[in-house]
Amino acid sequence: MGWQLIRGYALLVYVFMFLPVAVVVLLSFNASQFGSFPITGVSLRWFGELAQNEAILRAFRTSIILGLLTALISTTLGVLASLALVRYRVPGENVISTLLIAPILVPEVVLAVALLLFLNFLGINKSFGLLLFGHVIFTLPFVILVVQARLMAIRRDVEEAAMSLGASPVQTFFQITLPLMLPAVLAGALFAFTISFDDITGTLFWKPGGVETVPTQIFAMLRNSISPEINALGTVMIVMTVGLPLLGAAVARILSRKSGT
Amino acid sequence: MSIEARERRQPWILLSPALTAITLLLFVPLLFIVVYSFWLRTATGADQSGFFLDNWREALSDPFYRDILLFTLKIAAITTLVCAVMGYPAAYFIARSRGNKAVLLLLLMLPFWISYIIRTMSWINILGVSGALNTLLLWAGVISEPIQMLYNQTTVILGLVHFLLPFMILNVFVSLDGIDVSLEDAATSLGATRWQAFVQVTLPLSLPGLAAGGLLCFVLAAGTYITPLVLGGPTDAMFANLVYEAIITQLNWPLGSALSLMLLAVLGLLVMIYNRYLGMAQLMKGLG
Repeated sequence: MGWQLIRGYALLVYVFMFLPVAVVVLLSFNASQFGSFPITGVSLRWFGELAQNEAILRAFRTSIILGLLTALISTTLGVLASLALVRYRVPGENVISTLLIAPILVPEVVLAVALLLFLNFLGINKSFGLLLFGHVIFTLPFVILVVQARLMAIRRDVEEAAMSLGASPVQTFFQITLPLMLPAVLAGALFAFTISFDDITGTLFWKPGGVETVPTQIFAMLRNSISPEINALGTVMIVMTVGLPLLGAAVARILSRKSGT
Repeated sequence: MSIEARERRQPWILLSPALTAITLLLFVPLLFIVVYSFWLRTATGADQSGFFLDNWREALSDPFYRDILLFTLKIAAITTLVCAVMGYPAAYFIARSRGNKAVLLLLLMLPFWISYIIRTMSWINILGVSGALNTLLLWAGVISEPIQMLYNQTTVILGLVHFLLPFMILNVFVSLDGIDVSLEDAATSLGATRWQAFVQVTLPLSLPGLAAGGLLCFVLAAGTYITPLVLGGPTDAMFANLVYEAIITQLNWPLGSALSLMLLAVLGLLVMIYNRYLGMAQLMKGLG
Protein backbone atom coordinates (compact mmCIF):
# COMPACT_ATOMS: atom_id res chain seq x y z
CA MET A 1 0.00 0.00 0.00
CA GLY A 2 2.69 2.49 1.10
CA TRP A 3 4.89 1.41 -1.77
CA GLN A 4 2.07 1.93 -4.29
CA LEU A 5 1.71 5.46 -2.99
CA ILE A 6 5.42 6.20 -3.40
CA ARG A 7 5.35 4.74 -6.88
CA GLY A 8 2.39 6.91 -7.88
CA TYR A 9 4.10 9.98 -6.42
CA ALA A 10 7.34 9.24 -8.29
CA LEU A 11 5.36 8.80 -11.49
CA LEU A 12 3.85 12.27 -11.01
CA VAL A 13 7.33 13.70 -10.51
CA TYR A 14 8.41 12.10 -13.80
CA VAL A 15 5.35 13.59 -15.54
CA PHE A 16 6.21 17.00 -14.09
CA MET A 17 9.75 16.74 -15.45
CA PHE A 18 8.77 15.58 -18.93
CA LEU A 19 5.43 17.21 -19.70
CA PRO A 20 6.67 20.74 -20.56
CA VAL A 21 9.44 19.31 -22.73
CA ALA A 22 7.01 16.99 -24.50
CA VAL A 23 4.73 19.94 -25.23
CA VAL A 24 7.62 21.83 -26.86
CA VAL A 25 8.27 18.87 -29.18
CA LEU A 26 4.56 18.45 -29.89
CA LEU A 27 4.04 22.13 -30.75
CA SER A 28 7.10 22.23 -32.99
CA PHE A 29 5.19 20.02 -35.45
CA ASN A 30 2.07 22.19 -35.24
CA ALA A 31 1.02 23.67 -38.58
CA SER A 32 -0.61 26.70 -36.88
CA GLN A 33 1.03 30.11 -37.36
CA PHE A 34 1.16 30.74 -33.62
CA GLY A 35 3.48 28.83 -31.36
CA SER A 36 0.62 27.61 -29.22
CA PHE A 37 -2.55 25.54 -29.05
CA PRO A 38 -4.80 24.47 -30.75
CA ILE A 39 -2.96 22.05 -32.98
CA THR A 40 -4.25 22.60 -36.48
CA GLY A 41 -2.24 19.98 -38.34
CA VAL A 42 1.12 18.27 -38.57
CA SER A 43 3.84 20.07 -40.44
CA LEU A 44 7.61 20.26 -40.78
CA ARG A 45 7.32 23.86 -41.91
CA TRP A 46 8.96 25.39 -38.81
CA PHE A 47 12.00 23.20 -39.15
CA GLY A 48 12.29 24.39 -42.75
CA GLU A 49 12.05 28.04 -41.67
CA LEU A 50 14.64 27.35 -39.00
CA ALA A 51 17.09 26.00 -41.58
CA GLN A 52 16.73 29.26 -43.52
CA ASN A 53 17.01 31.65 -40.60
CA GLU A 54 20.45 33.25 -40.96
CA ALA A 55 20.59 34.52 -37.36
CA ILE A 56 19.87 31.08 -35.92
CA LEU A 57 22.34 29.32 -38.18
CA ARG A 58 25.01 31.82 -37.18
CA ALA A 59 24.19 31.25 -33.50
CA PHE A 60 24.56 27.50 -34.04
CA ARG A 61 27.94 27.97 -35.66
CA THR A 62 29.13 30.18 -32.79
CA SER A 63 27.85 27.75 -30.14
CA ILE A 64 29.44 24.73 -31.79
CA ILE A 65 32.85 26.35 -32.30
CA LEU A 66 32.77 27.73 -28.74
CA GLY A 67 31.70 24.35 -27.35
CA LEU A 68 34.42 22.44 -29.22
CA LEU A 69 37.20 24.83 -28.18
CA THR A 70 35.94 24.85 -24.59
CA ALA A 71 35.84 21.05 -24.55
CA LEU A 72 39.36 20.82 -26.00
CA ILE A 73 40.97 23.21 -23.49
CA SER A 74 38.92 22.17 -20.46
CA THR A 75 39.48 18.48 -21.06
CA THR A 76 43.22 18.91 -21.53
CA LEU A 77 43.56 20.88 -18.29
CA GLY A 78 41.10 18.65 -16.48
CA VAL A 79 42.69 15.33 -17.49
CA LEU A 80 46.17 16.51 -16.45
CA ALA A 81 44.89 17.71 -13.07
CA SER A 82 42.87 14.52 -12.51
CA LEU A 83 45.89 12.36 -13.31
CA ALA A 84 47.88 14.23 -10.68
CA LEU A 85 45.15 13.81 -8.07
CA VAL A 86 44.42 10.14 -8.77
CA ARG A 87 47.92 8.84 -9.54
CA TYR A 88 50.13 10.72 -7.11
CA ARG A 89 50.10 11.42 -3.44
CA VAL A 90 50.00 15.21 -3.43
CA PRO A 91 50.43 17.11 -0.15
CA GLY A 92 47.35 19.21 0.59
CA GLU A 93 45.19 17.19 -1.77
CA ASN A 94 41.93 18.30 -0.14
CA VAL A 95 42.77 21.97 -0.42
CA ILE A 96 43.72 21.52 -4.08
CA SER A 97 40.50 19.64 -4.81
CA THR A 98 38.46 22.41 -3.22
CA LEU A 99 40.36 25.07 -5.20
CA LEU A 100 39.76 23.16 -8.42
CA ILE A 101 36.00 22.92 -7.89
CA ALA A 102 35.73 26.51 -6.60
CA PRO A 103 34.16 27.76 -9.87
CA ILE A 104 31.09 25.60 -9.07
CA LEU A 105 30.79 27.06 -5.58
CA VAL A 106 30.90 30.70 -6.71
CA PRO A 107 27.53 31.82 -8.15
CA GLU A 108 27.90 32.08 -11.91
CA VAL A 109 26.76 35.73 -11.99
CA VAL A 110 29.56 36.69 -9.61
CA LEU A 111 32.11 34.70 -11.61
CA ALA A 112 30.84 36.40 -14.77
CA VAL A 113 31.12 39.90 -13.29
CA ALA A 114 34.59 39.31 -11.83
CA LEU A 115 36.02 37.92 -15.07
CA LEU A 116 34.41 40.60 -17.24
CA LEU A 117 35.64 43.50 -15.12
CA PHE A 118 39.14 42.08 -14.54
CA LEU A 119 39.83 41.30 -18.18
CA ASN A 120 38.39 44.65 -19.17
CA PHE A 121 40.83 46.27 -16.75
CA LEU A 122 43.63 44.41 -18.54
CA GLY A 123 42.38 45.80 -21.84
CA ILE A 124 40.57 42.67 -23.05
CA ASN A 125 37.11 43.76 -24.10
CA LYS A 126 34.02 41.64 -24.59
CA SER A 127 35.08 39.22 -27.29
CA PHE A 128 35.04 35.61 -28.38
CA GLY A 129 38.25 35.17 -26.37
CA LEU A 130 36.59 36.37 -23.17
CA LEU A 131 33.65 34.06 -23.86
CA LEU A 132 36.06 31.14 -24.29
CA PHE A 133 37.97 31.94 -21.06
CA GLY A 134 34.71 32.12 -19.19
CA HIS A 135 33.39 28.84 -20.56
CA VAL A 136 36.66 27.05 -19.80
CA ILE A 137 36.65 28.21 -16.19
CA PHE A 138 33.16 27.06 -15.30
CA THR A 139 33.31 23.76 -17.20
CA LEU A 140 36.70 22.77 -15.74
CA PRO A 141 35.43 21.60 -12.32
CA PHE A 142 32.80 19.37 -13.93
CA VAL A 143 35.41 17.82 -16.23
CA ILE A 144 37.71 17.18 -13.27
CA LEU A 145 34.92 15.55 -11.23
CA VAL A 146 33.83 13.28 -14.09
CA VAL A 147 37.34 12.32 -15.25
CA GLN A 148 38.55 11.72 -11.70
CA ALA A 149 35.69 9.34 -10.98
CA ARG A 150 36.42 7.38 -14.17
CA LEU A 151 40.19 7.32 -13.65
CA MET A 152 39.83 5.79 -10.22
CA ALA A 153 38.20 2.78 -11.84
CA ILE A 154 41.32 2.01 -13.93
CA ARG A 155 43.59 -0.52 -12.27
CA ARG A 156 47.18 0.49 -12.03
CA ASP A 157 48.64 -3.03 -12.17
CA VAL A 158 47.95 -3.25 -15.92
CA GLU A 159 50.49 -0.47 -16.46
CA GLU A 160 52.94 -2.07 -14.06
CA ALA A 161 52.58 -5.35 -15.95
CA ALA A 162 53.40 -3.58 -19.24
CA MET A 163 56.48 -1.97 -17.72
CA SER A 164 57.70 -5.19 -16.16
CA LEU A 165 57.38 -6.80 -19.58
CA GLY A 166 59.81 -4.23 -20.96
CA ALA A 167 57.67 -1.32 -22.19
CA SER A 168 59.10 2.16 -21.63
CA PRO A 169 57.03 4.70 -19.64
CA VAL A 170 56.18 6.54 -22.88
CA GLN A 171 55.15 3.32 -24.63
CA THR A 172 53.10 2.36 -21.58
CA PHE A 173 51.31 5.69 -21.58
CA PHE A 174 50.37 5.62 -25.26
CA GLN A 175 49.62 1.90 -25.57
CA ILE A 176 48.07 1.12 -22.20
CA THR A 177 47.10 4.17 -20.17
CA LEU A 178 45.70 6.36 -22.92
CA PRO A 179 43.40 3.70 -24.46
CA LEU A 180 42.15 2.84 -20.97
CA MET A 181 41.60 6.53 -20.22
CA LEU A 182 39.83 7.28 -23.48
CA PRO A 183 36.29 6.76 -22.14
CA ALA A 184 37.06 9.13 -19.24
CA VAL A 185 38.53 11.73 -21.61
CA LEU A 186 35.53 11.50 -23.95
CA ALA A 187 33.07 11.73 -21.07
CA GLY A 188 34.82 14.84 -19.80
CA ALA A 189 34.90 16.46 -23.24
CA LEU A 190 31.24 15.71 -23.84
CA PHE A 191 30.28 17.13 -20.47
CA ALA A 192 32.25 20.32 -21.16
CA PHE A 193 30.70 20.69 -24.62
CA THR A 194 27.16 20.22 -23.33
CA ILE A 195 27.56 22.67 -20.44
CA SER A 196 29.15 25.25 -22.73
CA PHE A 197 26.50 24.76 -25.41
CA ASP A 198 23.74 25.29 -22.85
CA ASP A 199 25.17 28.24 -20.93
CA ILE A 200 23.34 31.54 -20.86
CA THR A 201 24.04 33.14 -17.45
CA GLY A 202 27.71 33.91 -18.02
CA THR A 203 27.41 34.19 -21.80
CA LEU A 204 25.07 37.20 -21.60
CA PHE A 205 27.77 39.06 -19.63
CA TRP A 206 30.70 38.08 -21.84
CA LYS A 207 29.41 38.03 -25.41
CA PRO A 208 30.29 40.95 -27.64
CA GLY A 209 27.39 42.89 -29.19
CA GLY A 210 25.99 41.21 -32.28
CA VAL A 211 27.35 37.76 -31.38
CA GLU A 212 24.71 35.29 -30.23
CA THR A 213 24.96 31.70 -29.07
CA VAL A 214 21.93 29.44 -29.42
CA PRO A 215 20.63 30.04 -25.86
CA THR A 216 21.08 33.84 -26.06
CA GLN A 217 19.40 33.81 -29.48
CA ILE A 218 16.42 31.95 -28.01
CA PHE A 219 16.38 34.39 -25.10
CA ALA A 220 16.34 37.36 -27.50
CA MET A 221 13.52 35.77 -29.51
CA LEU A 222 11.47 35.26 -26.31
CA ARG A 223 11.26 39.03 -25.86
CA ASN A 224 8.47 39.10 -28.44
CA SER A 225 6.35 36.02 -27.88
CA ILE A 226 6.78 32.32 -28.41
CA SER A 227 7.01 31.82 -32.15
CA PRO A 228 6.62 28.32 -33.59
CA GLU A 229 10.26 28.59 -34.64
CA ILE A 230 11.37 28.66 -30.99
CA ASN A 231 9.58 25.37 -30.38
CA ALA A 232 11.25 23.87 -33.44
CA LEU A 233 14.61 25.17 -32.25
CA GLY A 234 13.85 23.71 -28.83
CA THR A 235 13.20 20.32 -30.39
CA VAL A 236 16.52 20.48 -32.24
CA MET A 237 18.30 21.43 -29.00
CA ILE A 238 16.60 18.59 -27.12
CA VAL A 239 17.68 16.08 -29.76
CA MET A 240 21.23 17.47 -29.64
CA THR A 241 21.70 17.72 -25.89
CA VAL A 242 19.98 14.44 -25.08
CA GLY A 243 21.16 12.53 -28.14
CA LEU A 244 24.83 13.48 -27.84
CA PRO A 245 25.42 12.23 -24.29
CA LEU A 246 23.49 9.03 -25.04
CA LEU A 247 25.62 8.51 -28.13
CA GLY A 248 28.71 9.31 -26.07
CA ALA A 249 27.74 6.80 -23.39
CA ALA A 250 27.23 4.15 -26.06
CA VAL A 251 30.60 4.89 -27.68
CA ALA A 252 32.32 4.86 -24.28
CA ARG A 253 30.76 1.48 -23.54
CA ILE A 254 31.93 0.01 -26.84
CA LEU A 255 35.43 1.42 -26.35
CA SER A 256 35.76 0.13 -22.82
CA ARG A 257 34.51 -3.29 -23.92
CA LYS A 258 37.15 -3.40 -26.66
CA SER A 259 39.93 -2.50 -24.26
CA GLY A 260 38.69 -5.28 -22.00
CA THR A 261 37.95 -3.55 -18.74
CA MET B 1 67.81 15.06 -10.31
CA SER B 2 66.94 12.07 -8.16
CA ILE B 3 64.01 9.86 -9.06
CA GLU B 4 62.17 10.84 -5.88
CA ALA B 5 62.50 14.52 -6.64
CA ARG B 6 61.10 13.92 -10.08
CA GLU B 7 58.27 11.86 -8.65
CA ARG B 8 57.50 14.71 -6.30
CA ARG B 9 57.54 17.32 -9.05
CA GLN B 10 55.44 15.45 -11.60
CA PRO B 11 52.00 15.97 -10.01
CA TRP B 12 52.66 19.70 -9.73
CA ILE B 13 53.56 19.88 -13.41
CA LEU B 14 50.27 18.12 -14.20
CA LEU B 15 48.30 20.37 -11.86
CA SER B 16 49.86 23.67 -12.83
CA PRO B 17 47.84 24.44 -16.00
CA ALA B 18 44.48 23.95 -14.23
CA LEU B 19 45.58 25.76 -11.07
CA THR B 20 47.01 28.65 -13.11
CA ALA B 21 43.78 28.96 -15.11
CA ILE B 22 41.61 29.00 -11.97
CA THR B 23 43.91 31.47 -10.22
CA LEU B 24 44.05 33.90 -13.15
CA LEU B 25 40.44 33.56 -14.26
CA LEU B 26 38.68 33.22 -10.90
CA PHE B 27 40.67 34.13 -7.78
CA VAL B 28 42.53 37.17 -9.13
CA PRO B 29 39.34 38.56 -10.74
CA LEU B 30 37.49 38.09 -7.43
CA LEU B 31 40.22 39.99 -5.59
CA PHE B 32 40.08 42.62 -8.31
CA ILE B 33 36.35 43.28 -7.83
CA VAL B 34 36.94 43.62 -4.08
CA VAL B 35 39.31 46.50 -4.88
CA TYR B 36 37.04 47.78 -7.64
CA SER B 37 34.05 47.98 -5.29
CA PHE B 38 35.82 50.82 -3.44
CA TRP B 39 36.30 52.87 -6.58
CA LEU B 40 33.81 55.43 -7.76
CA ARG B 41 32.00 55.83 -11.05
CA THR B 42 32.01 59.59 -11.65
CA ALA B 43 29.38 61.56 -13.53
CA THR B 44 31.61 61.63 -16.61
CA GLY B 45 31.50 57.84 -16.73
CA ALA B 46 35.16 57.38 -15.82
CA ASP B 47 36.25 55.38 -12.79
CA GLN B 48 38.05 57.14 -10.01
CA SER B 49 40.36 54.77 -8.19
CA GLY B 50 40.80 55.15 -4.47
CA PHE B 51 39.12 54.07 -1.29
CA PHE B 52 35.52 55.23 -1.27
CA LEU B 53 32.81 53.64 0.83
CA ASP B 54 29.96 55.09 -1.27
CA ASN B 55 29.08 51.88 -3.16
CA TRP B 56 29.03 49.81 -0.01
CA ARG B 57 27.02 52.43 1.83
CA GLU B 58 24.48 52.40 -0.98
CA ALA B 59 24.39 48.59 -1.31
CA LEU B 60 24.06 47.99 2.43
CA SER B 61 21.75 50.79 3.52
CA ASP B 62 19.35 51.29 0.62
CA PRO B 63 16.14 49.40 1.56
CA PHE B 64 15.62 48.67 -2.16
CA TYR B 65 18.63 46.35 -2.24
CA ARG B 66 17.86 44.85 1.16
CA ASP B 67 14.28 44.03 0.16
CA ILE B 68 15.34 42.36 -3.06
CA LEU B 69 18.02 40.37 -1.23
CA LEU B 70 15.40 39.14 1.25
CA PHE B 71 12.98 38.39 -1.60
CA THR B 72 15.73 36.39 -3.37
CA LEU B 73 16.48 34.36 -0.25
CA LYS B 74 12.76 33.71 0.23
CA ILE B 75 12.32 32.47 -3.34
CA ALA B 76 15.42 30.27 -2.99
CA ALA B 77 14.19 28.85 0.31
CA ILE B 78 10.72 27.99 -1.05
CA THR B 79 12.29 26.45 -4.16
CA THR B 80 14.59 24.31 -2.02
CA LEU B 81 11.74 23.18 0.19
CA VAL B 82 9.54 22.24 -2.78
CA CYS B 83 12.48 20.38 -4.37
CA ALA B 84 12.99 18.41 -1.14
CA VAL B 85 9.30 17.52 -0.79
CA MET B 86 9.02 16.49 -4.45
CA GLY B 87 12.47 14.96 -4.77
CA TYR B 88 12.85 12.85 -1.64
CA PRO B 89 10.05 10.33 -2.31
CA ALA B 90 11.12 10.10 -5.96
CA ALA B 91 14.72 9.39 -4.96
CA TYR B 92 13.48 6.86 -2.40
CA PHE B 93 11.45 5.14 -5.10
CA ILE B 94 14.47 4.86 -7.41
CA ALA B 95 16.82 3.68 -4.65
CA ARG B 96 14.46 0.97 -3.37
CA SER B 97 13.03 -0.05 -6.73
CA ARG B 98 13.45 -3.67 -7.75
CA GLY B 99 13.40 -2.59 -11.38
CA ASN B 100 16.31 -1.21 -13.34
CA LYS B 101 17.65 1.60 -11.15
CA ALA B 102 20.11 2.82 -13.77
CA VAL B 103 17.34 3.33 -16.34
CA LEU B 104 15.06 5.07 -13.82
CA LEU B 105 17.88 7.39 -12.84
CA LEU B 106 18.95 8.05 -16.43
CA LEU B 107 15.36 8.91 -17.33
CA LEU B 108 15.26 11.49 -14.57
CA MET B 109 18.63 12.87 -15.63
CA LEU B 110 17.48 13.43 -19.21
CA PRO B 111 15.75 16.75 -18.49
CA PHE B 112 18.95 17.71 -16.69
CA TRP B 113 20.71 17.62 -20.05
CA ILE B 114 18.02 19.57 -21.85
CA SER B 115 18.78 23.23 -22.33
CA TYR B 116 17.91 25.40 -19.33
CA ILE B 117 16.45 28.19 -21.47
CA ILE B 118 14.25 25.71 -23.38
CA ARG B 119 13.00 24.12 -20.18
CA THR B 120 12.28 27.54 -18.69
CA MET B 121 10.39 28.81 -21.71
CA SER B 122 8.51 25.51 -22.08
CA TRP B 123 6.28 26.58 -19.17
CA ILE B 124 4.92 29.38 -21.37
CA ASN B 125 3.53 26.64 -23.61
CA ILE B 126 1.78 25.09 -20.60
CA LEU B 127 0.58 28.16 -18.67
CA GLY B 128 0.42 30.90 -21.30
CA VAL B 129 -2.83 32.54 -22.37
CA SER B 130 -3.07 30.14 -25.31
CA GLY B 131 -1.13 27.41 -23.53
CA ALA B 132 -2.12 23.82 -22.84
CA LEU B 133 -3.84 24.43 -19.53
CA ASN B 134 -5.96 27.38 -20.68
CA THR B 135 -6.91 25.52 -23.87
CA LEU B 136 -7.95 22.50 -21.82
CA LEU B 137 -9.98 24.53 -19.31
CA LEU B 138 -11.72 26.48 -22.10
CA TRP B 139 -12.53 23.27 -23.93
CA ALA B 140 -13.92 21.67 -20.77
CA GLY B 141 -16.05 24.76 -20.14
CA VAL B 142 -14.52 25.45 -16.72
CA ILE B 143 -13.59 28.98 -17.77
CA SER B 144 -14.94 31.20 -20.54
CA GLU B 145 -11.93 33.51 -20.84
CA PRO B 146 -8.26 32.51 -20.73
CA ILE B 147 -6.70 33.24 -17.33
CA GLN B 148 -3.31 34.94 -16.94
CA MET B 149 -1.36 32.37 -14.95
CA LEU B 150 2.15 33.41 -15.95
CA TYR B 151 4.59 36.10 -14.90
CA ASN B 152 4.36 36.00 -11.13
CA GLN B 153 6.27 34.69 -8.13
CA THR B 154 4.69 31.25 -8.35
CA THR B 155 5.77 30.70 -11.95
CA VAL B 156 9.33 31.80 -11.08
CA ILE B 157 9.41 29.17 -8.34
CA LEU B 158 7.86 26.61 -10.67
CA GLY B 159 10.55 27.22 -13.29
CA LEU B 160 13.31 27.01 -10.69
CA VAL B 161 11.94 23.77 -9.23
CA HIS B 162 11.78 22.25 -12.70
CA PHE B 163 15.39 23.25 -13.30
CA LEU B 164 16.79 22.16 -9.92
CA LEU B 165 14.80 19.05 -9.00
CA PRO B 166 17.27 16.64 -10.68
CA PHE B 167 20.10 18.01 -8.47
CA MET B 168 18.06 17.22 -5.37
CA ILE B 169 16.99 13.77 -6.52
CA LEU B 170 20.52 12.77 -7.54
CA ASN B 171 22.01 13.81 -4.19
CA VAL B 172 19.31 12.12 -2.11
CA PHE B 173 19.57 9.00 -4.29
CA VAL B 174 23.35 8.75 -3.79
CA SER B 175 22.79 8.95 -0.05
CA LEU B 176 19.87 6.47 0.08
CA ASP B 177 21.59 4.01 -2.23
CA GLY B 178 24.50 3.77 0.20
CA ILE B 179 22.27 2.69 3.11
CA ASP B 180 22.07 -1.02 3.75
CA VAL B 181 18.42 -2.13 3.29
CA SER B 182 18.83 -4.74 6.00
CA LEU B 183 19.06 -1.94 8.58
CA GLU B 184 15.41 -1.15 7.99
CA ASP B 185 14.55 -4.85 8.06
CA ALA B 186 16.41 -5.20 11.35
CA ALA B 187 14.39 -2.33 12.81
CA THR B 188 11.08 -3.89 11.73
CA SER B 189 12.06 -7.32 13.01
CA LEU B 190 12.72 -5.68 16.38
CA GLY B 191 9.14 -4.42 16.42
CA ALA B 192 9.23 -1.06 14.64
CA THR B 193 6.54 -0.33 12.06
CA ARG B 194 7.71 0.38 8.49
CA TRP B 195 7.09 4.07 9.07
CA GLN B 196 9.00 4.10 12.37
CA ALA B 197 11.88 2.26 10.75
CA PHE B 198 11.97 4.87 8.00
CA VAL B 199 11.77 7.89 10.30
CA GLN B 200 14.25 6.58 12.87
CA VAL B 201 16.74 4.74 10.67
CA THR B 202 16.66 5.60 6.98
CA LEU B 203 15.74 9.28 7.15
CA PRO B 204 18.55 10.31 9.54
CA LEU B 205 21.10 8.34 7.48
CA SER B 206 20.01 10.11 4.29
CA LEU B 207 20.16 13.63 5.73
CA PRO B 208 23.67 14.37 4.35
CA GLY B 209 22.36 13.79 0.81
CA LEU B 210 19.31 15.92 1.49
CA ALA B 211 21.55 18.70 2.82
CA ALA B 212 23.88 18.52 -0.20
CA GLY B 213 20.93 18.66 -2.60
CA GLY B 214 19.39 21.48 -0.58
CA LEU B 215 22.58 23.53 -0.66
CA LEU B 216 22.92 23.15 -4.43
CA CYS B 217 19.27 24.07 -5.03
CA PHE B 218 19.46 27.08 -2.75
CA VAL B 219 22.72 28.49 -4.12
CA LEU B 220 21.73 27.96 -7.75
CA ALA B 221 18.23 29.40 -7.21
CA ALA B 222 19.55 32.46 -5.37
CA GLY B 223 22.02 33.22 -8.16
CA THR B 224 19.60 33.07 -11.07
CA TYR B 225 18.50 36.01 -13.19
CA ILE B 226 17.19 34.31 -16.35
CA THR B 227 14.18 32.58 -14.76
CA PRO B 228 12.69 35.81 -13.32
CA LEU B 229 13.21 37.51 -16.69
CA VAL B 230 11.41 34.75 -18.60
CA LEU B 231 8.73 33.63 -16.13
CA GLY B 232 8.46 36.51 -13.66
CA GLY B 233 6.56 39.79 -13.67
CA PRO B 234 8.04 43.28 -13.38
CA THR B 235 8.16 43.07 -9.57
CA ASP B 236 9.84 39.67 -9.40
CA ALA B 237 13.43 40.82 -9.98
CA MET B 238 15.96 38.83 -7.97
CA PHE B 239 19.33 39.96 -6.69
CA ALA B 240 21.26 38.74 -9.71
CA ASN B 241 18.98 40.90 -11.89
CA LEU B 242 20.22 43.93 -9.94
CA VAL B 243 23.80 42.90 -10.62
CA TYR B 244 23.02 42.52 -14.32
CA GLU B 245 21.31 45.92 -14.38
CA ALA B 246 24.23 47.65 -12.66
CA ILE B 247 26.90 46.03 -14.86
CA ILE B 248 25.31 45.74 -18.30
CA THR B 249 22.60 48.41 -18.40
CA GLN B 250 23.86 51.22 -16.13
CA LEU B 251 27.54 50.40 -16.63
CA ASN B 252 28.15 51.30 -12.98
CA TRP B 253 30.87 48.72 -12.51
CA PRO B 254 32.08 49.68 -9.02
CA LEU B 255 28.51 49.43 -7.66
CA GLY B 256 28.00 46.18 -9.59
CA SER B 257 31.15 44.81 -7.95
CA ALA B 258 29.85 45.65 -4.48
CA LEU B 259 26.48 44.01 -5.23
CA SER B 260 28.17 40.87 -6.64
CA LEU B 261 30.31 40.59 -3.52
CA MET B 262 27.23 40.97 -1.32
CA LEU B 263 25.60 38.00 -3.07
CA LEU B 264 28.84 36.03 -2.85
CA ALA B 265 29.16 36.78 0.87
CA VAL B 266 25.63 35.62 1.70
CA LEU B 267 25.84 32.42 -0.35
CA GLY B 268 29.48 31.81 0.61
CA LEU B 269 28.48 31.91 4.27
CA LEU B 270 25.97 29.12 3.62
CA VAL B 271 28.59 27.04 1.81
CA MET B 272 31.01 27.54 4.71
CA ILE B 273 28.43 26.51 7.31
CA TYR B 274 27.71 23.44 5.21
CA ASN B 275 31.42 22.65 4.85
CA ARG B 276 31.95 23.06 8.60
CA TYR B 277 29.33 20.46 9.50
CA LEU B 278 29.18 18.08 6.56
CA GLY B 279 32.33 18.62 4.48
CA MET B 280 32.71 18.98 0.74
CA ALA B 281 33.08 15.24 0.08
CA GLN B 282 29.30 14.67 0.17
CA LEU B 283 28.72 17.44 -2.32
CA MET B 284 31.29 16.01 -4.74
CA LYS B 285 29.71 12.55 -4.51
CA GLY B 286 26.47 13.93 -5.88
CA LEU B 287 28.16 15.98 -8.58
CA GLY B 288 30.55 13.37 -9.91
